[in-house]
Amino acid sequence: MINCTVNNKPILVENDTTILEACRKNGIYIPSLCNLDKVCNFGTCRMCVVEVEKAKTLQAACVTAVQEGMIIKTNTMKVQQMRKVLYELLLSDHKQQCLSCSRNLTCELQALGKTLGIKESRFNNHESHRKSEVSVSITRDMDKCILCRRCISVCNEIQGVGILHAQNRGYDTVISAANAFDLAQTDCIYCGQCTIVCPVGALMETDATEIVKQALNNPDIHTIVQVAPAIRVAIGEEFGYPPGTPVTGKLFSALRDLGFDDIFDTNFAADLTIIEEGTEFLSRIKNVLTKGQGQLPMITSCSPGWIKYCEHNFPDHLEHLSTCRSPHMMLGSLVKSYYAKKIDVDPKKMFVVSVMPCTAKKFEITRPEMAIDQHQSVDAVLTTRELASLIKSAGIDFTMLAESHPDNPLGFSSGAADIFGVTGGVMEAALRTAYELITGRELPFEHLRLEQIEGFDPIKEAMITITDPLPAFSYLDHQTLKIAVASGAKNAEILMRQVAEGTSPYHFIEIMGCPGGCINGGGQPRSKDPLTAQKRLEGLFAEDREKGIRKSHENAFVNELYEAFLNHPNSHIAHEYLHTHYIGRGKYNELLDD
Amino acid sequence: MLAERQQPCSEKTQINQQEVSKIIDLFDSKRSNLIQVLHQLQNVYGFLPIEVLMQVAKKMSVPLSEVTGVVSFYSFFSTQPQGRHTIRVCLGTACYVRGGKKIIEKVQELLQVQLGETTEDQRFTFEIARCIGACGLAPAVMIDNEVYRQVNSNKLKSILAKYE
Repeated sequence: MINCTVNNKPILVENDTTILEACRKNGIYIPSLCNLDKVCNFGTCRMCVVEVEKAKTLQAACVTAVQEGMIIKTNTMKVQQMRKVLYELLLSDHKQQCLSCSRNLTCELQALGKTLGIKESRFNNHESHRKSEVSVSITRDMDKCILCRRCISVCNEIQGVGILHAQNRGYDTVISAANAFDLAQTDCIYCGQCTIVCPVGALMETDATEIVKQALNNPDIHTIVQVAPAIRVAIGEEFGYPPGTPVTGKLFSALRDLGFDDIFDTNFAADLTIIEEGTEFLSRIKNVLTKGQGQLPMITSCSPGWIKYCEHNFPDHLEHLSTCRSPHMMLGSLVKSYYAKKIDVDPKKMFVVSVMPCTAKKFEITRPEMAIDQHQSVDAVLTTRELASLIKSAGIDFTMLAESHPDNPLGFSSGAADIFGVTGGVMEAALRTAYELITGRELPFEHLRLEQIEGFDPIKEAMITITDPLPAFSYLDHQTLKIAVASGAKNAEILMRQVAEGTSPYHFIEIMGCPGGCINGGGQPRSKDPLTAQKRLEGLFAEDREKGIRKSHENAFVNELYEAFLNHPNSHIAHEYLHTHYIGRGKYNELLDD
Repeated sequence: MLAERQQPCSEKTQINQQEVSKIIDLFDSKRSNLIQVLHQLQNVYGFLPIEVLMQVAKKMSVPLSEVTGVVSFYSFFSTQPQGRHTIRVCLGTACYVRGGKKIIEKVQELLQVQLGETTEDQRFTFEIARCIGACGLAPAVMIDNEVYRQVNSNKLKSILAKYE
């Protein structure tokens, strides 16, 4: 422990604490625009400067470690003056379109100006003009960029994909992909984590609210909406609820008030995914154990960021990916085939909207290999943030809404579907069903919770030994299934290296592209609470706990769908509508045709 | 230090992947040696085409964006084919006040080339330098590794004529 003095108050802090951490833990606010908790810091914005006795100059609190006996002052005239000048300098090269910026009132730069009491900006003479870009998922307005480099930290240190870096120098500096490439030319996985950390409006999801509004206002179009599991425990934050508060019932009411004709739930398709993916896994393991053929481990395929990562970085190992489409793509396909026929509407006059915690899903819907009769199975993806803005602009008071349920036949779900939104959840949901199919008994864990694979450790693993299986699965008797769960592209790489080297000990791996899973997706509300992920996780498990049915194979509507349309799991027709194939892209897209 | 060019280069420069690989191996593919690797490659090819940078990034396990970030930060790295000779007009303080700007205009006129670009016949690449440490000789011009002192518009023509 180290003793120091901050603003004349003695403070005791742990070793290796920065001045910024020490102050924040003791209720002293120090502004910062570039700091990211627990990630490497560049110390670029300098907004956190403080006076340290005996130091020649002001010190950046985020990169200066507290030392024994240090005397720190955070609020002197000198510090205040310096912060104001630094702020004015940042403004001097920032495109100030605040009133028409989508980060208006949620912009950290704007909020900081208010906090610092900025009343003038004297240096508005230089405005760099840097290349901006609207990609399918992410929009980069680089004239708003303040070069804080948070996106670089998250892209490199957390996700390990390394698309963004500072290019050139001085006034020419721009944060961009290599060689001024568009994101589409790179191996960007569109995870959108950069859009979460950007303090200003420089990095945003590419807008889909306008085309959704147009569809909603077109009387000839039948609009269908579905919501991912992770939305229900996050969107409340946009309306003042604490992080993790499940607002499921209000969410469905809001969608109804927005004017969607049918309100379905991606959760339904999550249950369906478990049946399809579980069946695929059992047939893979049977082939390996009885014929010595086939590819294990099998890896989940729900996360489009992860899928794109794999296509770029491990193009020779795509056969390990489950062929299942992600749940919302399954639902979109079913709406434009089975459901369109059922209600006798031309699929071309349908408009399917997915509300997702994810920016990569905006790319996923454009994949030609998932089209139904040459039309996209999902027409637009709204992020959680975009849906919140639609609800607000429609004049709906979210907090006043009554609770309601999604529509059938594609809206009912089990508790297993809810936990799809969090790392480990897909695996747990799959095991609840697979174990019971194999043995005829419930998964032998308290409350069906496999705690080894829950939580936010980078890589989690578990083993389950099958004993006394049903006769059809006798080849699994005394087999120990090894499973692993990872989230975040950086951790996925560790497990994929083992697969590539042929040393992977696992049978089944779950991977989600964002750290912590969809609850932390790139389209989720930006939160200042460091415990947000944990609270959203708890919210999803609370949803699961309170459901009458907690196992996907007990979802009667899923079973009905097989009887009415799909025949049986992994059937020919199921393959046509619910499965897909993958495209080897290569690190620099060198494996693609054009 | 200036890169010693070992061979003339043009857009047709053939990139030999094995040769690039060998150079990276000289530096143990170590991330901390990135600048040395790039320097060496520029020596060989005269410039750093994106294909070479891609190979460097892959083999050294450094993101391509970081590699291009380094290349674009240092003005002595170039991603464009360079002329057979590089002419650098000094614009350090001393050379600036003694007429460096006029020399720049003259070079542009004589060679029909803009700053940072290469003449059509690939003869010269035209750059400016920020003080080459020859302030007593101002205004100075450097062509390849040769420094010319107290250059004026008239002298410039005969100097340029020496270079093929």
